[in-house]
Amino acid sequence: MRFLENALRTQGAARLVPVKLNRREFLKATGAAGGGLMLGFAFEATAQDAKKMVFPPSSFIRIAPDGTTTVMVNRLEFGQGVSTALPMLIAEELDCEWSKVRAELAPAAEVYADPGFGIQMTGGSTSVASSWKQYRVIGSSARAMLVAAAAQQWGVDASKLDTRNGFVIEPAGQKRRASYGSLADAAAKLPLPTRVGLKADPADYFIIGRPTRRLDSQEKVNGSAQFGIDKTLPNMRVALLVHPPVFGGKVAAFDPTKARAVKGVEAVVQVPVDRGGTGIAIIAKGYWPAKTARDVLDIKWEAATGPTTADQLKIYRELALQPGLPARSDGDAAAVAQAAKRIEAVYEFPYLAHAPMEPLNAVIDLKADACTVWCGSQFQTIDQLAIATASGLKPEQVTLNTMQAGGGFGRRANPSSDYLVEGVNIAKAMKQAGIDAPVKIIWSREDDIRGGYYRPLFVHRVVAGLDAGNALRSWNHTIVGQSILKGTPFEKYLVKDGVDSSATEGVVDTPYRLPNLQVSVHHPEVNVPVLWWRSVGHSHTAFVMESMVDELARAAKQDPIAYRLALLDPKHARVRGVLQLVRDKSGWTGPVPKGRGRGVAVHESFGSIVAHVVEVSVDKNTIRVHKVTSAIDCGFAVNPLTVEAQVQSAMAFGLSAALHGQITLKDGVVQQSNFADYPVLRLPEMPEISVHIVPSKADPSGVGEPGTPPIAPAVANAVFALTGKRLRKLPFDLAQA
Amino acid sequence: MTRLTVNGKAVEVDADPATPLLWALRDNLGMTGTKFGCGIAACGACTVHVGGQPVRSCVTPISSVSGPVTTIEGASGDRVGKAVQDAWIKHDVVQCGYCQSGQIMAATALLKSKKNPSEADIDSALSGNLCRCGTYARIRAAVKDAARTLA
Repeated sequence: MRFLENALRTQGAARLVPVKLNRREFLKATGAAGGGLMLGFAFEATAQDAKKMVFPPSSFIRIAPDGTTTVMVNRLEFGQGVSTALPMLIAEELDCEWSKVRAELAPAAEVYADPGFGIQMTGGSTSVASSWKQYRVIGSSARAMLVAAAAQQWGVDASKLDTRNGFVIEPAGQKRRASYGSLADAAAKLPLPTRVGLKADPADYFIIGRPTRRLDSQEKVNGSAQFGIDKTLPNMRVALLVHPPVFGGKVAAFDPTKARAVKGVEAVVQVPVDRGGTGIAIIAKGYWPAKTARDVLDIKWEAATGPTTADQLKIYRELALQPGLPARSDGDAAAVAQAAKRIEAVYEFPYLAHAPMEPLNAVIDLKADACTVWCGSQFQTIDQLAIATASGLKPEQVTLNTMQAGGGFGRRANPSSDYLVEGVNIAKAMKQAGIDAPVKIIWSREDDIRGGYYRPLFVHRVVAGLDAGNALRSWNHTIVGQSILKGTPFEKYLVKDGVDSSATEGVVDTPYRLPNLQVSVHHPEVNVPVLWWRSVGHSHTAFVMESMVDELARAAKQDPIAYRLALLDPKHARVRGVLQLVRDKSGWTGPVPKGRGRGVAVHESFGSIVAHVVEVSVDKNTIRVHKVTSAIDCGFAVNPLTVEAQVQSAMAFGLSAALHGQITLKDGVVQQSNFADYPVLRLPEMPEISVHIVPSKADPSGVGEPGTPPIAPAVANAVFALTGKRLRKLPFDLAQA
Repeated sequence: MTRLTVNGKAVEVDADPATPLLWALRDNLGMTGTKFGCGIAACGACTVHVGGQPVRSCVTPISSVSGPVTTIEGASGDRVGKAVQDAWIKHDVVQCGYCQSGQIMAATALLKSKKNPSEADIDSALSGNLCRCGTYARIRAAVKDAARTLA
């Protein structure tokens, strides 16, 4: 399913040239010139089709003479632990010493494309799942080449040799041994093995599956870690960009006099911005002069308007009363009309900003015939092509270096590459203004909160039909919200008959047996840019499904977990396993502590299933979540420590949105600006949490996102258990419920 | 020219006296361990010590800095700071890591003023340091562990 590659091919030939790094450039780029083993594969290869592998254009492993083994990570590291997990996969099959393993984020290059998606990207909780075979095959191939090099040197058959902890050893005969570091140069000159084996039994693993601390802790506790915002070049300028107050708005007039007078400011120029708008860029010798100039800059904007949230919600609620484009239709669509009883509920979800701790930024060095960019990109292939188009260069003239990022949650994976295209526009404007220097674009927090590309606002309406005995007989579900994928290269593959699958995921693929299920969708056009936000559609669909199922359990006077287990399609045994684990670990069948309510929710996303059981209390309409017990089935847990951290993390991210998150607009202008009015979860609000992993030998599935969807419904269900009030609007407001 | 002492070293900063300490550190002195998150003292990512007290460097003009400055780059030079960093590694606290310079400086300041902080003390001292990765549970554990190590 190389669908993204195909998607990009539809963009026109100029954008399609595959980007290759030649070997010499690569060596220069990584500072590895002068030896060491380098391995590369142009596409994913399994043990079975290893013969299809080709040797560099590019590389994944570098072994230095002292044995230091550097693994090129073809993903963005932004907290999810991929720069530890992928090296673990290689180390396992390479049989090297873990303490000598280092990780390096790979620049944009075809060889680093995701084996499944066909482009280089980080998203959909796929990093470990997609590279599970690829990285182990690479490790195994490197090991075979090191063994072959030793066999050649010693004049013995490779089958007589073995490896141990970074050495090739000769178990019998002369019992020689040679370090990988001493063999690397010779091994690099050998052909790739045509067949490689992978360890078949997890019992043989020495590092995969073991709780392993992160490789990047030291640099992140002493301040030496280099994020995109930390990248500095000689003579570099800093640029701030004033965006129009309404998305796509235009500058009518501006007076640069006061801004230009700020010491350190070198240019104040109008530039094209995202969505056909224009804005004003301030180029200065540092952030503070630019910021100071921005504060005194006079800009008049052309009249423009956009949605007001309260009105938009009214329209959405009206739409939710009418069937939309069909997304799933089972059985009898008229069944709801014959129901003895109905439970009807409307659910509302706001726009949400990603608000990663590190604001968007990029360092851009634009020359006449080349452009070099450093940034924390989740979408290297797409961003590289966009930078090429914006700068009028060929893709192979663009070098995109991946910097680790301070969070992203989807914001750094934008099909329109908005901030990078704007950055190139600024770099071009600098050239026109006679400033021949690289530039660092920095978004302020206000730019970030007001910059759009939000999780879309959604309204859902569900009418569940029950018989006289409270058994479920029908489920009618209408979803209203903007399409994320329409107008992007993804549309062709993920929008069918007008229905954006990212709006219906988690509903149309429900693991519950919902008789006469009818799902339809409205995708209104609204002048607010939208994007995936950690867990994408599941961030709202899980809330609806798990809230309504909870209502049905109450209506049937059944235990919420027992009701779910009975409603589950037997095909979904993993969901059952997760529910049972969370029930057993949370003390579900025991008494609820005094003054607290307990609730549960379970949801499958990105191939994994997470359930949370939560305990809450309420004081003067303030909800406090005391305790969360989580269970996850993510297939085989490559690094259980990361799995635990990611479930905590995803839960906290979802809880933050449930308690606080909302972006609202008035006449197209975003009303929030910073953490003061877009609050996020704070340490005192973090519940005690325990994470339990279902033992599994299945291939790994997603871990970064699946913990987010079920937390909000679990909390709402617990609040209901305590107060009898149903929360159906996010963020929660008990006073309004 | 503004004179500062940063991590024990005397330095001169050629910037407007109103420039926040954060940008003097990052843009003028090239010390990028201290992070920009909000610019309004609402996230704690820029936390440094001035005269031993935790301050938000993004709203602290260099002209107002009257004591010695300690940043994350200098944290390990102090017994408490080193213990906090070690506990952070032991508990595998970091994820993206962007907020952690500020978290560590805030935690260090807490343990310097309170050797054996209660849960409430930890909650209170770190409530202004945001983490979008949600590493809070491990931060709590690491602060307690660091306190035990120092006892």
